[in-house]
Amino acid sequence: MNFKLDETRVWQYSAHIVMIFLSVCALMPFILLFIASFTDNTTAMVNGYSFFPEKWSLDAYQYITREWRTVGQAYIMTILVTVIGTAGSLAITSMFAYAISNRNLPGRKLLSFMSIFTMLFNGGIVSSYYVYSSVFQIKNTIWALIIPNLLMNAFTVMLVRNYFANSVSPSITEAARIDGAGEFRIFARIMLPLSVPILATIGLMGAIAYWNDWTNGLYFLTERDGGHLYTVQLVLNSINENINFLANNSQITASAGRMELPSTTIRMAIAVIGILPIILAYPFFQKYFIKGIALGGVKE
Amino acid sequence: MEASASRSEINAQNKKRRKTSWRQYIPFYVMALPGVIYMICNNYLPMGGIIIAFKNMNFKKGIWGSDWAGFDNFKFLFASQDAWTITRNTLLYNSAFIVLGTVLSIAVAILINEVKNKTASKMYQSLILLPFLMSWVIVNYLVFALLSAETGLLNNSILNALGKPAVSWYNEKQYWPYILIISNMWKTIGYSMIIYLSSIVGISQDYYEAASIDGASKWRQTWAITIPLLKPTIITLFILSVGRIFYSDFGLFYQVPRNSGTLYSVTRTIDVYVYNALMRNSDFGMSSAASVYQSIVGFTLVLGANLLIRKLSRENALF
Repeated sequence: MNFKLDETRVWQYSAHIVMIFLSVCALMPFILLFIASFTDNTTAMVNGYSFFPEKWSLDAYQYITREWRTVGQAYIMTILVTVIGTAGSLAITSMFAYAISNRNLPGRKLLSFMSIFTMLFNGGIVSSYYVYSSVFQIKNTIWALIIPNLLMNAFTVMLVRNYFANSVSPSITEAARIDGAGEFRIFARIMLPLSVPILATIGLMGAIAYWNDWTNGLYFLTERDGGHLYTVQLVLNSINENINFLANNSQITASAGRMELPSTTIRMAIAVIGILPIILAYPFFQKYFIKGIALGGVKE
Repeated sequence: MEASASRSEINAQNKKRRKTSWRQYIPFYVMALPGVIYMICNNYLPMGGIIIAFKNMNFKKGIWGSDWAGFDNFKFLFASQDAWTITRNTLLYNSAFIVLGTVLSIAVAILINEVKNKTASKMYQSLILLPFLMSWVIVNYLVFALLSAETGLLNNSILNALGKPAVSWYNEKQYWPYILIISNMWKTIGYSMIIYLSSIVGISQDYYEAASIDGASKWRQTWAITIPLLKPTIITLFILSVGRIFYSDFGLFYQVPRNSGTLYSVTRTIDVYVYNALMRNSDFGMSSAASVYQSIVGFTLVLGANLLIRKLSRENALF
């Protein structure tokens, strides 16, 4: 008995030790980024980024507040895209899911298959790029950040359909139908309020996907004509691309008509500003986020 | 006479019912419509766009105006060394991710389940999951803060202190398989850990109680109860990821190596190749050939994986 107790304790302690180690590993790069953004630029250039910089400085943030137009604009774009995208995605997904959750609907199988087949096969990036840029002329418009790929996916459709079909009792909708309520009314007044948990979960996932997205902008926005539409992620990405461009073409200097590159600490400060809202909001939504993953609602 | 009259009556009634029932479904079709339109634009039109790969694509002439190229684009692609490199990289990295990711996330899930303090357990879960919330652009910045040749933490604080010479990380190929694998594990372990944890939590405590009465150690309980009961989840996730082995995470391979040309031979996967051929070189032939090659092989694998899952556990199959 005594031995058993000890064994449990050993497991407890080792579990805590491993978890503390992993949590530190997960957190450490963020702390480094954070400290780097508060480091004096010359110190960073001489000593490199460090957890214990010799000289601290607020210069990077002062620069950003002076240049708030660029960063602030990117912030507004990120919020706009996230709000419109998430709302649109919730509307389209829940309506489609409601339609195919009706077991008697003629053609329901076809609609479900149409959705599932998109998970099995796709036309590839090149034809998708061609369709959006040449057929729909979406390049350098805000729709380029909202519509391609993110608006609806078969996986969330399946989750919402299953919720509608299994967690909402059909007798409720049946009763409403007998009372003469139309389908739109039933959907908006009964189905949606009863499905808040799943809608909140997929809404959260959608919002994170839009907030973090940079690939749509990479394909459909050009710096010259679409730069004013850049979200925070795209500003961060374009800073990198310009630095890489200079690193690979060292004979061209920054003065040759290209944008002036922010100093090393300013880059880190912009990155901090980009992740801060997520980190601050995380404690409030992490419960739903974890629940969503357990449901299989977050795709990698 | 009578019989036929009643039959026609019934027919008429049926027809009427069918008509009204058809009408009663109209709202459902209206609600499905935006989704259908979106899928046609976003998924089905691009499927037709696959013919670009068989054309000598000229943007000005459009798809229909461009000349047919037959299989020439594919011939060019497979004649190049690139086709082999990008296929190898995609398959090898994904295999490493599948094996390491499965083992590590199960280990972490089992250990987290041992933490009996609820608050501590929640905190560990949240912290380990945090990297999953970040975009690859942010991960690029985080890795750069560690590895940058001039200002990186590794060169300036660690290698320096050990008296070792600085390494130009973004130019030296041999480190990149490790860097990419570690970056990917760092970002995704939290996600798969949560999935495994949710099925470990679902295991009935009775098994463990019975086992401890019989004197089984924790270690033995893990191997004799937890792992065998996790098997269905492990197999399902394993097959699903094998089905997606031909697709790579574009963000990881594009952002983390900062699209550095010197590293291409060890960092370039099919998705990165397609992006660079299309957006940097405007080479429609090569990029569409590579992208269709990925679609077709990918489709076969996903289909095969699903048929296999259907046999093993019906409820986890996509169709």
